[in-house]
Amino acid sequence: MEEGVVNEILQGPLREVFDSTQLLTDVSGSGNNWAVGHLTYGLAYREQIVDKLRRAAEHCDCLQGFFIIHSMGGGTGSGLGTRVLSLLEEEFPSVSRIVTAIYPSTEDDVITSPYNSVLAMRELSEHADCVLPVENQSLLDIVNKIKVMADGAKPGSVIKRDSTIISGQGGLTGPEKPFDAMNNIVANLLLNITSSARFEGSLNTDLNEIAMNLVPFPRLHYLVPSLTPLYTLADVSVPSRRLDQMFSDAFNKDHQLIRADPKHSLYLACALMVRGNVQVSDLRRNIERLRPTLPFVSWNQEGWKTGLCSVPPVGHSHSLLALANNTCVKPTFIELRERFNKLYRKKAHLHHYLHVEGMEQSLFSEAVASLSSLIDEYQLLDASKGRLTPDAARLSIAT
Amino acid sequence: MSVVSVQLGQCGNQVGQELFDVLCSDAQDGQRNKYRAISCERFFHQTDRGAELEARAVLIDMEPKVINRCVSRATKCSRWSYGSSSHFSQKQGSGNNWANGFCVHGPRHRDVVEEMVRREVERCDRLSGLMALMSVAGGTGSGFGTYLTQCLRDAYPTSFIINHLTWPYSTGEVIVQNYNSVLTLARLYQLSDAIVVHENDTVHKICSQLLNIKHISFSDVNRVIAQQLGGILQPAFTTHSHGFYSRSPIDELVSSLACHPEYKLLSVSSIPQMPSSSIAFTTFSWPGLLKHLRQMLISNTKMEEGIDWQVRPPSGAGCTGSGFNRSVANLLILRGKDVYSTETSGFEEPSLYSSWLPSVEALNVWKCPVPFHKYEKSATLVSNSQALLRPLDHIVAKAWNMFASRAYIHQYIRYGISEEDFLDGFTALEQVISSYKQLC
Repeated sequence: MEEGVVNEILQGPLREVFDSTQLLTDVSGSGNNWAVGHLTYGLAYREQIVDKLRRAAEHCDCLQGFFIIHSMGGGTGSGLGTRVLSLLEEEFPSVSRIVTAIYPSTEDDVITSPYNSVLAMRELSEHADCVLPVENQSLLDIVNKIKVMADGAKPGSVIKRDSTIISGQGGLTGPEKPFDAMNNIVANLLLNITSSARFEGSLNTDLNEIAMNLVPFPRLHYLVPSLTPLYTLADVSVPSRRLDQMFSDAFNKDHQLIRADPKHSLYLACALMVRGNVQVSDLRRNIERLRPTLPFVSWNQEGWKTGLCSVPPVGHSHSLLALANNTCVKPTFIELRERFNKLYRKKAHLHHYLHVEGMEQSLFSEAVASLSSLIDEYQLLDASKGRLTPDAARLSIAT
Repeated sequence: MSVVSVQLGQCGNQVGQELFDVLCSDAQDGQRNKYRAISCERFFHQTDRGAELEARAVLIDMEPKVINRCVSRATKCSRWSYGSSSHFSQKQGSGNNWANGFCVHGPRHRDVVEEMVRREVERCDRLSGLMALMSVAGGTGSGFGTYLTQCLRDAYPTSFIINHLTWPYSTGEVIVQNYNSVLTLARLYQLSDAIVVHENDTVHKICSQLLNIKHISFSDVNRVIAQQLGGILQPAFTTHSHGFYSRSPIDELVSSLACHPEYKLLSVSSIPQMPSSSIAFTTFSWPGLLKHLRQMLISNTKMEEGIDWQVRPPSGAGCTGSGFNRSVANLLILRGKDVYSTETSGFEEPSLYSSWLPSVEALNVWKCPVPFHKYEKSATLVSNSQALLRPLDHIVAKAWNMFASRAYIHQYIRYGISEEDFLDGFTALEQVISSYKQLC
């Protein structure tokens, strides 16, 4: 809802890629106010948005899914973004909606980000098919780790050029801007998720398969992403060990895109999307090796979705994206609720929201209630160790 | 008489492509003319240009990449190809959702696909039967495949239809694979004449332990499956063919093995299985091969190494000895040198079989003097026995556990499958499990 960012893209090297009629900008922005984004601009631009979406959809032979990418802490991204999400559900109910949401870190500079995030969470829980939460702090940690590796320069451990997940592949960009490295990681996440749909492989995995396999209950659709490898060393790689290391790393906290601890929480489902020259025997061997260390829910003990794509990403010989539906997102949500409550108790900044036409205080309480019930659902799974019902007796047949 | 194959989904198409490769190279590799003529007639259509072989197959998938790869690989090898109008694909896939394949894609594309199959069938002088190749874990192979089997059953009520199923790794390829398997098997049991099963776990073990393949890929797995199927489907002399190559392989397969509607699951073992480099250094003898194969049958293992020789058929009355695999019926196919002087009485013992079918009818032997796939002597055993009982039981148990928590059910309900359908599927399979368990 402000012109600066979009104009920059239009003047940058990717200007040919974007259709200029499919852009929507306003002048003054949303002031980090979810209500302004969701209600004011949502109403004002509804027609235009629906029109542009329809136009884009008509160009497709077969529309499989929508990617919605926005932050949770701001005004436009979280507010207007979630409005677009519910518009998509209305207009294209059978097309899956996958949201990549950037959650604010604890040291966030937007004061009202807890309000925006919680109000947006409710929309995500209700209207999205699948959410990939990403935290800026984790991205920053990964960037720093790579920089340390690059600068440390132990002999024999020089990083191959253009092979980190933060380097701008293809070298299109000019001077690097501060968030570019972090955004590159998220871009790589989206590349890997769509790789099987774009390239061939011996075990293809489409986007709708991901939504199908990783979402056992409609509201529990928050998937923790983790990417490996972060970089490729320039020296000759040791094949097998490097490969196994890649699988172990995927379950390492350092490679996750949100700060959470899946190994000590309960896995509901896990997807491994492998790219490159990896065979099914390597995959099986690693699954068998890692399986005993990961706590899976009782009714999904072998809950693995695997995908093999033959084409590796640029600069790597193979890569792995792990998506886990895990109760470890519960602490993240609890923290979010805490920050929200801290502000809400004092009614701080509330007037900015209530001034907006259509906004009521009840929306706040409903949003936090929705978040609480989501947390409770995860809590229930955790508490019962995933054993929702005792092992049901099998049907017996009269003989 | 010809066999028309329908390749469904990624697995079905990949296995099918390997199968036609095996069949073509086996038929054409300096074999005898009669054998080659029959094999080519059975599986391929000779185009007008004479030299070109077109596979009698219809390729179906809900997304285009796999079919494109199969077709281009076939054309590249230039020995045979797929017919240019025999493939059907969509763009969006089935999302590993049985309900999507069965309730949405099935009815939507029924007419086009039936037309393609009809065209292939009409190109045959005489149709021996239809064979559908699919997996049970995914969405297209399992869901759409089941729907199509239903349509084919209606369209060709007097033809035999066999389904070849690939069961996924038990440690998971697809999270909802057990649901998809239950829904598929329950319905196919009513629709199909015989269900031939290969399990990825078993074939993987064959690749790693017998064939010594270090980095096993899906092509290696598919090639083993294709070779075992080739060993069954290539021409042979049967008891009813009276000195000629059998004209009706599918009929004879079904009538010798699937004699009772409650027992339709067929498993396959073959011997020998070894890396090609070892073949030159090995001598084969029929008594040795058959002895091993018999013990493989009894102790329910698919590999000729590590056989448990302690397992024996129970001597008195009583259902099972420990670890003993009782058979309903067996089909033994022998190929290669000195095949007419083989002694197969080891497979005729009544103690191997159930009491209600005399062993002389339970065992059928087919022979062919032409060696198959570089082995001077080879044997394939297609067995209707308790071999698949345990894997089936596991699949149903895991699916039931998941169903008890109602996990993922909303994904199926969205496309038109209800909890009732699930319960029907479970009931049907518990019945199958019970029948096999109580085989006496």
